Amino acid sequence: MKDPQTYIDSGVLELFVYGTLPEEEMVEVAHIVAQNPVLLQEVVSIENSLLKLASAAAPAQVADFSNLRKYIDVDGKVIPLSRKRTPIPTIILWAAAILLLAGVGYLYTENSKLENQLVDTERELLLQESKTQVAESDLQQTKDILNVIRQQDLIAVPLGAQAVAPEAYASVYWDQENGKAYIDVKGLPEPPEGKVYQVWSLTLEPLTPTSLGILDQYDVTGNQIFELDNPNQSEAFGITLEPAGGSESPTLEQLYTLGVVTS
Amino acid sequence: MMTQPDALIARFLQKDAMSFEKIYELYSESLFGVINSILHDKELSEEVLQDTFVKIWNNSDRYNPKKGRFFTWMLNIARNSAIDKTRSKAFKNQRKNHTAEYFVDILEARGSFNTSVDAIGIQKFVDVLEPLCKKIIHFLFFKGYTQKETAEELEIPLGTVKTRNRICIKKLRDIVGVE
Repeated sequence: MKDPQTYIDSGVLELFVYGTLPEEEMVEVAHIVAQNPVLLQEVVSIENSLLKLASAAAPAQVADFSNLRKYIDVDGKVIPLSRKRTPIPTIILWAAAILLLAGVGYLYTENSKLENQLVDTERELLLQESKTQVAESDLQQTKDILNVIRQQDLIAVPLGAQAVAPEAYASVYWDQENGKAYIDVKGLPEPPEGKVYQVWSLTLEPLTPTSLGILDQYDVTGNQIFELDNPNQSEAFGITLEPAGGSESPTLEQLYTLGVVTS
Repeated sequence: MMTQPDALIARFLQKDAMSFEKIYELYSESLFGVINSILHDKELSEEVLQDTFVKIWNNSDRYNPKKGRFFTWMLNIARNSAIDKTRSKAFKNQRKNHTAEYFVDILEARGSFNTSVDAIGIQKFVDVLEPLCKKIIHFLFFKGYTQKETAEELEIPLGTVKTRNRICIKKLRDIVGVE
């Protein structure tokens, strides 16, 4: 071996402590140092100065050893490292929480919408049901009208318009045999407040009116047919507008329609 | 003067937890500094320091005194763990906003806080050390570069790396008062 001082001055011992020599050279230096106290002393000095230098680059106090103890046990086994570093998991947790909240909020909104839709649908259904009822009752009335009109031996008497209401018309279907008159007033304007239509059976020579009744049961559809008793030997029918409750004799100024029985 | 605690190391190699704690006390701060001079990040360095000591405990049977000093063996584990960490996403994220490149920048940037080190001495070392010394020590010791890599990095002749480093370390020893 060379002179120890020359060996020291070569700077190889520093690199030996750094651990940056090739492996075979590390083994060689370790072997030489182990046999020479002067070299060993030099190595120790280098090492100690480096320990101090490196310590100064530490960014903080080192964690307490007890933190490390969690990861080892005295039997010499290593407990797998579980990272206590949390930023990413924390972010994920927060993100999950926010997503969950957003999801709950979204579902709540959706639920409210659906509930509103359900209420709307129920309302719509009720509306349709009442429309259906109306349509059914319309249909029934229409059937009734048809049944009346189709009866045999029925005398149809169209009542024409008079001066007071040039657009008005009506029809009387007279079932002579059973003494019934069916009055279709679809063509009459709706009577004003406090007034009613009154139907008259007339004989012409001499002109004698007989009241058949008043039409005071108007319903909203205006489709209905009024059924009145008519036991008279009618020669004509007329409809006048009279004060509520009707009159003893027709107010001829308010004669709306008039028709003569032709058969 | 502190010498390598051979008896302590021997007990540690027998997986004695008490001696491991003692070794932690003796070496953790220095290894923390080495790791931090590579990562420049306190939290990442704490993480890597913990990894390092778990590996030291776990792999103690791999330490071979015929291949080098016990400190050197630990130093290698610390450096390799830190370099592994530089490939991690966490490191790449923090990498964007740090400025310190050399270990001396760390010392200059924060001043010395610790009690176990002669802070004034180290500061003096940082102050008087010529820039080339700082760089040589940075690459050879802190980063574990070979002489060749260091020579290439610093664009100096390969033959001068070893002797120049020797001069620099001598200066360090003078300043921190190590015989």
